[in-house]
Amino acid sequence: MIRFVANRVLGMLIVLFLVCLFTFVIFFALSPDPAVQICGKNCTPEAIDQIRANLGVDQPFWTQFGTFLSGLFAGRAYGTGPNAIDCAAPCLGYSFQSSQAVTDMIVQRLPVSATVAIGAAVLWLLAGVAGGLLSAVREGRFADRFIAGLTLTGMSIPNYVLALSLQFLLVVTLGWLPFPQAVPFSEDPLQWFQNFLMPWIVLAIGMAAVYTRLTRANVIETLQENYVRTARAKGLSPGLVWRRHALRPALTPIVTIFGMDFAGLLGGALITETVFGLNGIGKMAADSITKNDQPVIMGVTLLAAFLVVVGNMVVDLLYTAIDPRVRVGSSA
Amino acid sequence: MTDTLLHVRGLTVGFPNAHGPNEVVKSLDFDLERGGALGIVGESGSGKSMTSLAIMGLLPKGAKRTGSIEFDGAELTDLPERAMRSYRGDRIAMIFQDPLSSLNPYYTVGTQIAEAYRSHRSGVTRRQARTIAIEAMERVRIGDAAKRVDHYPHQFSGGMRQRVMIAMTLSMEPELIIADEPTTALDVTVQAQILDLLAEIRSDTGAGLILITHDLAVVSEVTDHLVVMRDGDLVEQGPAERIFTDPQAPYTRMLLDAVPRIDDEIGLLRTLPTTEEAR
Amino acid sequence: MTFTPTELEVEGAAGGEVVREGAPVPPPASGRRVARAFLRDRAAVACSVYIVLIVLMAVAAPLLVKISGYGPLEFDQDAVDPNLGGIPLGAAGGMGADHWFGVEPGNGRDIFARIVYGARVSMLIAISATLLTTALGVVFGLIAGYFGGRVDMVISRVMEFLMAFPALIFMIAVLSALPAENRQILLVLVISFFGWPYLARIVRGQTMSLKEREFVEAAKASGATSAQIIFKEILPNLASTIIVMTTLAVPGYVGTEAGLSFLGVGVVPPTPSWGQMIASSVPWYAVDPAYFLIPGAFLFLLVLSFTVLGDRIRKLLGEGTA
Repeated sequence: MIRFVANRVLGMLIVLFLVCLFTFVIFFALSPDPAVQICGKNCTPEAIDQIRANLGVDQPFWTQFGTFLSGLFAGRAYGTGPNAIDCAAPCLGYSFQSSQAVTDMIVQRLPVSATVAIGAAVLWLLAGVAGGLLSAVREGRFADRFIAGLTLTGMSIPNYVLALSLQFLLVVTLGWLPFPQAVPFSEDPLQWFQNFLMPWIVLAIGMAAVYTRLTRANVIETLQENYVRTARAKGLSPGLVWRRHALRPALTPIVTIFGMDFAGLLGGALITETVFGLNGIGKMAADSITKNDQPVIMGVTLLAAFLVVVGNMVVDLLYTAIDPRVRVGSSA
Repeated sequence: MTDTLLHVRGLTVGFPNAHGPNEVVKSLDFDLERGGALGIVGESGSGKSMTSLAIMGLLPKGAKRTGSIEFDGAELTDLPERAMRSYRGDRIAMIFQDPLSSLNPYYTVGTQIAEAYRSHRSGVTRRQARTIAIEAMERVRIGDAAKRVDHYPHQFSGGMRQRVMIAMTLSMEPELIIADEPTTALDVTVQAQILDLLAEIRSDTGAGLILITHDLAVVSEVTDHLVVMRDGDLVEQGPAERIFTDPQAPYTRMLLDAVPRIDDEIGLLRTLPTTEEAR
Repeated sequence: MTFTPTELEVEGAAGGEVVREGAPVPPPASGRRVARAFLRDRAAVACSVYIVLIVLMAVAAPLLVKISGYGPLEFDQDAVDPNLGGIPLGAAGGMGADHWFGVEPGNGRDIFARIVYGARVSMLIAISATLLTTALGVVFGLIAGYFGGRVDMVISRVMEFLMAFPALIFMIAVLSALPAENRQILLVLVISFFGWPYLARIVRGQTMSLKEREFVEAAKASGATSAQIIFKEILPNLASTIIVMTTLAVPGYVGTEAGLSFLGVGVVPPTPSWGQMIASSVPWYAVDPAYFLIPGAFLFLLVLSFTVLGDRIRKLLGEGTA
């Protein structure tokens, strides 16, 4: 068991290292010269060279990568002398455009992205599992086919189209919701809730559709298992057969997939946050694309990769806790 | 008049579709005395498994059951599902072919053994359930039952899993045990042990046994009455001894010919050391 | 991530509803029976009709634009109201005999022309990406599954790495850093680069089970080379799996292209793309809803059609395996 965990953690570290390297290579090769950006309009080639030397971007690739990695763990400084910019660990980079460390920018926006992610996750998990169960129970009947239609629609509608349609319908036409305004929860909880309602729904619908299909397929498959027949042969009530023998095996894989999806979403919902003007990590990334603010894009990429990889591992470890076949090895 | 436990008349199971009634069991008649042992023999597709599921009321969706199944004087085919449930596991228990897939991988064997008891008796505590599971495991001779009660199915060997399945049926002291190909998935040596165990339990508890198999060698040892089936039809039935020595139907003779030297082989097997126990 | 995962990824993550790894390969269904069942399925036929229409529209774009009278890049300041910030004149975003689907607010470009040309971009990118992904997925899946051992280990590790990667945000990052030229080719390359493992994984699993089958053993015994066995014995048996996975991949890629264009890292203006049209409609959604509804509806129906079609084909080909 301990060896399994150790192996898993080691594997994760390797993947994370590769992700860093991969990302760094791409941005190293493709980024515009930060020195030019800092230098501004009235710039001489000498000044640029000096800034370059100051930032260390004239160094060879591996040196720069080393500095970047050590910045992640120990922090680093951009430049030297009195004008040096300090970037505390974990330093994901520095945005010269907004004069801020990327890590700080992310931390500032994390609460919004987390709120979006948690609300949406609760919605899609509930809706998806409920829809899937209902479909499975009524397999082949009207409710099943109706839900199948809904899930196909939910899976096919791009979320920005859904976002705009909902916003047009609920806010402009029907006036059920106010125009979104940035308010903290403490000031106006109702407006705060209404602001997040649409993003939650928009994010949840596509995922709920996917989860409905997964749940339905898993439950139907599990109900055909021999052990379900055994349970019925024992004279258990249908409710007990369902709860104990069908649901647990059917829902276990869904928990694991949910963990990964949720981790992915924590790193920011680019489109949804942008469309609804929510100042989260996703919107920051989208804005940085427009502004070509490379350090921010790279920082967000690394964060997302980190979340997915760590989420993956947590789920794996969690799985060993729920599935006895993985938890206790065969002894016979 | 002997005491009849199970009285089956005109049992027919079909899967009606556009092409016809599609019958897999056709008008089957047989009886089982209280404490008796009946073998239902046939190749796969002969309808023998459907017969057992029909008795349990566990036929798959779309199946149609007609005829009469009288158990201890009660007509099972008339019973509503809820009433039928009180028979299942309590008075009629079933052992399935593949013990691994028939056990739920998510629960300990102890939980699964005591499950029938807990659902048929109200107010059973966790501790009582555990004790019952351990007792049942000891009766099917699973060593170190107090410890193994907390193990999961995948931690057992094939033969041990089938013992767990048998232990499951024991907690309620059923009057009828239906074993559907209980030894097919097992090694030959382990097969003999499981059959011995079934015979022993039958003589200890006085439960009736229906043993369903494609293998005449298996029934020869345990049962006293045989029903031979083919394509849903009853080929012949009678006392096991008579069928072995003097088969009437050519099909039965053919089945018998496929089993070389039954007595020798079983005798040999039974003298082999019990590798299963030695593990 | 923000996009609904493509069907491929979902199936992959779930361990596969379509075709489980290493699951027995279904026998090839008779072509005629499948075709007949397909034609009886009204939803499948409707979806195919819509897809064919869009393809025809894309192919005949220059002709259609000649008939309608306005090109995709032509400004028509007479169709918008300069006093109201450039809102299209007339009802429903300026729809009428002149501009069939109305005009873009601000500059008055014809929406019909842009939809027609946008279909070209969407279909071209989605289909090229699907073809490339399929080619890569099948080749690597076959190689890993057939040869096993070290080759399999290397390919499997690479696949795991790519699948563990947050592909979407990375595509955005890469595309934002890349120069704007040849954007369509870059899109195809980037999408395929992250897409192939999902198919390869399933092909690998099926190849591994197929290679143990008697007919492969027989071919081996009669002296067939590895290449002959792979292409003549194994590949034909994978056909239905590949067809299903491919049909299910297209809607995912249509959505991905539109999403990337929506975010401004896809197709570069002024070339029209549906996702990009929707992106530019965002500031106008309250006053001119037709501007986002039209491309939105076209996009939604295209994705839906492919998804439904994929679903139906899977049911037809995989009866008994799903």
